[in-house]
Amino acid sequence: MSGKYSKNYSTAELMVTRASREIRNSEIVFVGTGLPMVASMLAKYTHAPDSVIIFEAGTIDSALLHLPASVGDSRCVYGASTCRGLFDIFATVLQRGFIDVGFLGGAQVDRYGNLNSTVIGNYHRPKVRFPGSGGAGDIACLSKRTVIIMLHEKRRFPKQVDYLTSPGWVDGPGGREDVGLIRGGPVSVITNMGVMRFNEKTKEMYLASHHPGISVQEILSNTEFDLNTSGALETEPPTVEELDLLRNKIDPEGLFLRS
Amino acid sequence: MSRANKIISLEEAVKDFIYDGVHIAFGGFTMQRHPMAFIREMIRQGMRDLVIYGHSPGIDADILIGAGVVKRVEVAYIGDELFVSPSRNFRRAIEEGSIQWEDYSNFGATLRLVAGALGLPFIPTRTMLGSDMVMKSGFSTEARQADPKAAKEKLVLMECPFTGDTVVLLPAVNPDVAVIHAQMVGQEGTVRILGQSYADDFMARAARKVVVTAEEIVSEDFIRQCPEQNCIPFFRVDAIVHVPFGAHPTACHGHYDYDPQHYAIYTEAAKAGSEAFKQYLEEWIINVSSYWDYLEKIGGAKRLTDLKADPALGYQPNVVRR
Repeated sequence: MSGKYSKNYSTAELMVTRASREIRNSEIVFVGTGLPMVASMLAKYTHAPDSVIIFEAGTIDSALLHLPASVGDSRCVYGASTCRGLFDIFATVLQRGFIDVGFLGGAQVDRYGNLNSTVIGNYHRPKVRFPGSGGAGDIACLSKRTVIIMLHEKRRFPKQVDYLTSPGWVDGPGGREDVGLIRGGPVSVITNMGVMRFNEKTKEMYLASHHPGISVQEILSNTEFDLNTSGALETEPPTVEELDLLRNKIDPEGLFLRS
Repeated sequence: MSRANKIISLEEAVKDFIYDGVHIAFGGFTMQRHPMAFIREMIRQGMRDLVIYGHSPGIDADILIGAGVVKRVEVAYIGDELFVSPSRNFRRAIEEGSIQWEDYSNFGATLRLVAGALGLPFIPTRTMLGSDMVMKSGFSTEARQADPKAAKEKLVLMECPFTGDTVVLLPAVNPDVAVIHAQMVGQEGTVRILGQSYADDFMARAARKVVVTAEEIVSEDFIRQCPEQNCIPFFRVDAIVHVPFGAHPTACHGHYDYDPQHYAIYTEAAKAGSEAFKQYLEEWIINVSSYWDYLEKIGGAKRLTDLKADPALGYQPNVVRR
């Protein structure tokens, strides 16, 4: 990415610029509500103009004049190639094998990138109930690869998730194949502290970079499981151009980027 | 199916199609195109032990849970995305153990309706493999056996007899009633939905009875000038109700946007607890004498004009969302 780096950005802005770089040009992207919408729009305006944004509620290749507040928002319809419903997207695009990259979030993530967005505590009498899978479990099972966006706190990075909503590498090498999944798996975890990736052999999460101003030690003390940090670099900050797009073109209302 | 007059009032539609223990599905998706006027009339008339099937409902399921009339939900998600997630009455009811629930993914929940629409008892899929949605059931086997309308199992894993692949078999859903809010319906029941159809087309085809509430009722001649734009054939629709702005506070593509002001009022009440939420129900539903009075109460012509969709976009770009 050419252009001048900015020194004046929020953590959310840094996170979406990192998430946006996970999208390559011409890829088909399964986008959920929140930061993934912002990241995928940014990718289209910068390095991936031919990427295709897909929303589970029915639209393919939306032009997105305005940031949607829901994946079923009318704003997703504008300029779309086709506009049908959930079955069309989930069955004939996602399950059929056409999604290159999908975005996921959750309340908890473990070392293999398994996510929980269902409950904290016992499933049958939970301490906290979250909204549930929505499309997340589907994206996790059926995309070619997934990118996870999370807040980095110890309770959100436990040794074991309380409920496995969205499978990552399950229990390590061969884990996805063992449960019958035929493709996919997480490639990165982008948090407010750093960027994690997964070791190709062990499928365990490792620290790829720590954000400017965040120490490796801070990340370790906010992660319950062991994290290899030996190769960690400093995260590349957003450029002036990216921030201008985010603030003035993509999310001027501050729907998802307001700090 | 008769072509005779299916157009009835909101009060009649609820009286004729809703009863204690009904298994029901509502059209729409999170913050969009739910049959909210119909749901408010349900709360006004009162009932109990509803079983709700859906993929991603929002305020439609949540308001009924908050009204204490829901026995069970079989869904993938209940929330309103930007405005509130999860929906607060749903969250409280599960944390307090006052409703039964079953978790599927959005695709899984949609496929159950697709199977129902296809007249099949189950449908295979590759989704949910490796997740606790496969390993754990919210609704116990004993409870399933005690309810003759419930599926005997949440799902079953199977080895494909042709390829050896592992697949998940999902039981079909055939709700007693589906209630869909559409932009346009013909006088005989042909339905046209603008924008995303979500799973409304399959939901209607899976259901035993279908009620359509609509922004506009038009002649069948008119709606049949472009039959390729219609998504539910007239003979599957049992009742038609004319309810302009009937999806408020959710959005209705091409007609009006979601109403963030009302979502703020709703969410504050739902967060404050079940007693505070009762006051919301009294103020906005029980003590509102007619549908037209509700539209006045939310701000009347001025507010509705603020929310009115820009015809070039299908939504209102100036609505203040935060």
